[in-house]
Amino acid sequence: MESFLEAVKVVPLNHYILLSAIIFSIGVIGVLIRRNAIVVFMSVELMLNAVNLLLTVFSVYGNDPNGQVFVFFIMALAAAEIAIGLAIIVMIHRNTNSIDVDILNRLKW
Amino acid sequence: MSVFYFIAFLSILFSLLVIFAKNPVHSVLYLIITFFTFTIHYIILNAQFLAVVNFIVYMGAILVLFLFVLMMLNLNEDTEPTKSIYVKLAGIIGGGVLLVTLVGAIKLTAKSNPVVLQDVNLGSVQNLGKVLFNEFLLPFEVSSILLLSAMVGAVLLATKEGKPKATTV
Repeated sequence: MESFLEAVKVVPLNHYILLSAIIFSIGVIGVLIRRNAIVVFMSVELMLNAVNLLLTVFSVYGNDPNGQVFVFFIMALAAAEIAIGLAIIVMIHRNTNSIDVDILNRLKW
Repeated sequence: MSVFYFIAFLSILFSLLVIFAKNPVHSVLYLIITFFTFTIHYIILNAQFLAVVNFIVYMGAILVLFLFVLMMLNLNEDTEPTKSIYVKLAGIIGGGVLLVTLVGAIKLTAKSNPVVLQDVNLGSVQNLGKVLFNEFLLPFEVSSILLLSAMVGAVLLATKEGKPKATTV
């Protein structure tokens, strides 16, 4: 544990922001290039987690526990969101026999 | 120092594998590893409570739910829809432009200080519990209503529509 605490002391804040930005962008790319609704959903989870990590880092940086409490609430929200989203995906699969998001384009025009 | 960069590399590698894996089941498994690296990040930051919650809620509950749905719908590589190469290229360029914008914005800021843990007990269960049940008591209670409504909504959505069967005599 002590070595871990020592390890974090030399990492600049910018590197954490960079890591979160990269993972958030990977999530955005995943939403854009995949047609499988569940993989799109997982990419959204990736973006949520990047933001969670950044909130935790700023909480440690500013020595403020509120940031970590916010992450806790975001996790509760994500659990609710996943339950609803997967139920919707199951319903879509039952109605269209596919989870291709490109089929669901009737609201486009 | 090297611990953080190694774990960060693993995070990026496995999150890339999540979106580029052909088989959706492999995507979920890579996502589990990605979230495990996030748990290690939380441990490095000494956010013990979040590390445990991330481990239990994300890796234990949410991703198992994903796996259940994938297996229930019987999805695999053969049924996987693919976009054309141009749409993929456009998506990658779009995400890359977003990344460049974010990195450029970071570069414009002043040189950052290292992230130093000032209080060792910052992320402990005791400290966070005190904050959660004093300042954030109302949001905490509201989130329980949110979870209840999500549960009811999920059951309502996932059950088949139509006439309820007259099973009760």
